[in-house]
Amino acid sequence: MTMSEIILLGINHKTAPIEIRECIAFSEDETTVALETLKNEPTIKEVLLFSTCNRVEVLLVTDRTEEAVETAKRFISDFNKVPVAQFEDALYIHVGDEAVRHIFRVAASLDSMVVGEPQILGQIKAAYHTATQKKTSGVILNRLLHKTFFIAKRIRTETGIGDHAVSISYAAIELGRKIFGRLEGKQVLLIGAGEMAELAVEHLIRHRVADILVANRTFERAVELADRFNGSAIKFEEMISCLENVDIIISSTGSPDFILKRQHLKGMMRKRRNRPLFFIDIAVPRDIDPEINRLTNTYVYDIDDLKGVIEENIEDRNREALKGERIVDEAVVRFRQWYDSLDVVPTIKALRQKLEAIADSELKKTLQSGSLSQADSRSVRRMTRALINKILHDPTDTLKSNGCQGGKSVYLDITRKLFKLDE
Amino acid sequence: MELLIIVTVLFYMLSAAGYFAYLFIQKNYLYRSGFYLILAGFVCHTLSIVSNFIASGQFPARKLQETLTIAGWAVACFFLVFQSRFKLKVLGIFAAPLIALIMVAVSQVPNSPTQVQSVFKSFWLVSHVIAVFIGNAAFALACGIGVLYLLQEHGIKTRNPGFFFKRLPSLDMLDATGYTCIIIGFTLLTFGLITGFVYAKTVWGRFWSWDPKEVWSGVTWLFYAALLHERLTVGWRGRRAAIMAIIGFAILLFTFLGVNLFFKGHHGVFTTF
Repeated sequence: MTMSEIILLGINHKTAPIEIRECIAFSEDETTVALETLKNEPTIKEVLLFSTCNRVEVLLVTDRTEEAVETAKRFISDFNKVPVAQFEDALYIHVGDEAVRHIFRVAASLDSMVVGEPQILGQIKAAYHTATQKKTSGVILNRLLHKTFFIAKRIRTETGIGDHAVSISYAAIELGRKIFGRLEGKQVLLIGAGEMAELAVEHLIRHRVADILVANRTFERAVELADRFNGSAIKFEEMISCLENVDIIISSTGSPDFILKRQHLKGMMRKRRNRPLFFIDIAVPRDIDPEINRLTNTYVYDIDDLKGVIEENIEDRNREALKGERIVDEAVVRFRQWYDSLDVVPTIKALRQKLEAIADSELKKTLQSGSLSQADSRSVRRMTRALINKILHDPTDTLKSNGCQGGKSVYLDITRKLFKLDE
Repeated sequence: MELLIIVTVLFYMLSAAGYFAYLFIQKNYLYRSGFYLILAGFVCHTLSIVSNFIASGQFPARKLQETLTIAGWAVACFFLVFQSRFKLKVLGIFAAPLIALIMVAVSQVPNSPTQVQSVFKSFWLVSHVIAVFIGNAAFALACGIGVLYLLQEHGIKTRNPGFFFKRLPSLDMLDATGYTCIIIGFTLLTFGLITGFVYAKTVWGRFWSWDPKEVWSGVTWLFYAALLHERLTVGWRGRRAAIMAIIGFAILLFTFLGVNLFFKGHHGVFTTF
């Protein structure tokens, strides 16, 4: 059957390690190019692509599910010059309701590494904006994304899911204040970039810290972030020497190993005249060697430690997440209803086209002989049209009405099968 | 006079209770009442010392009971001044019980009769005693702040901020105030030692006589000098500074009380029964 399906392919922090995610990540410019390429694929009707440090997701609408999935996979592989086999195991493919559910959960931050962190929604919004500019989103994705934003917002306001993420930055601020007294005038070094880290930096700025230094493996990204925080970018290699002057280090790189080890700090505390150093390690896996915590006047907190600080009730958090899931379930059902109603139109159209095709070919045969006058031929043509309209009237009414027992999709399916519309 | 001491002790004990309640309940009126109680105690305390001074005509630091009274008074005096300059509310939790404890000890030490000695009228002696005692009080508070620092630091370091996390001030503030205490204490101790030398010269004809108390005072002075030196040159701060402040105070206590138990010397008589 050729009914349009929503398909979502992706990898995220749960299915793939950072090495793989890195390989197939799309920058903003690459996303634009990718959208244009994918749009020209005959199997893909609508497409949206978004890529963050924790996930790469391709959302598309197609008539031919399997072909489209293959196309998308091949595209990811070609675009990033990575063999399909390398990421295939980490790839998840959701179709229909599952795809809808997935995008809802992602946007509501139920699927995030730090459940409830607010930035993912902004990132999806940006991706959708790009897609609308490139005109790669159509009726279905437009509707789906608007619904997604609505649901995400609703979950944020109706559940306490957002409190959790915010409270981690809050805990970091509280700790900072207990170490430094006042955060005013303290120097901050941000290593890497991540949703949570940026949030923490924003909180620190609100406490009027002096200067934000940004180090990143890609210098351009560092410059970009530094601009955003009104700070200055430094080269990744300069990072160690910067430790002499900074007070708070927030690290959130995707590095699989520690990027700051105890030996890096050797002699540094003496140079710093033993002024305290506060490391906030938001990365998973960790960036900061916990051994550093054993040096005097250094304090290393990873994300679990910060969670511990707020003494949060885990049951509370689970209950909030559960509430969020319930809202998602409800939204998926609603979306399915809309989606089905939308599909009546193409079915009726296809049905009409089929009847008209039969009528046309029969008319052709009948009128070929030329035994009828011009006026008669016109009458026959008119009568054929009227017949088609009359025949289609009741099925159209039934399909469009909401009274279908056993769900509209079943009726649509039967209609398509009876008239062999999918052949 | 006896009654005045009892009232004083009572005020100090109530103040200590107020500060303890503040630690647990964190209500500002508790902290304020702790402060005013200690102030009331201090006023009574001063009155009792002054009346003793007037009655005997000598500076009352002749025997253990009197030196302890002066010590307690010095701590209270220093604490009150310090508290009004630095808003380290929680400090009373250490100071108030300490003063109360000293005063309880005072009331337990037998009040033996004192022989009249002319030395207690000298200006040099009075400045020596007051400077040294207030200096010691500053070191005592530095020690208390050091303990608070270690408590707070331990919680933060082990990533298990518990009871004290919210109740104690920041590490930076504890470190800075502890440092201030040590600077004040060191300045006064230096001044006290100098006046002591001058006084010794006028009485015994020499500045330094290898009296055990003198030697240990010298050790204490050197210890704090080293502590300050390290801080100024390589930046000894935080945990290490806090530990050193505690050790320093232990040495000081030994100089103040211990020396008299183990050694004999011309200071001995002032701190014996």
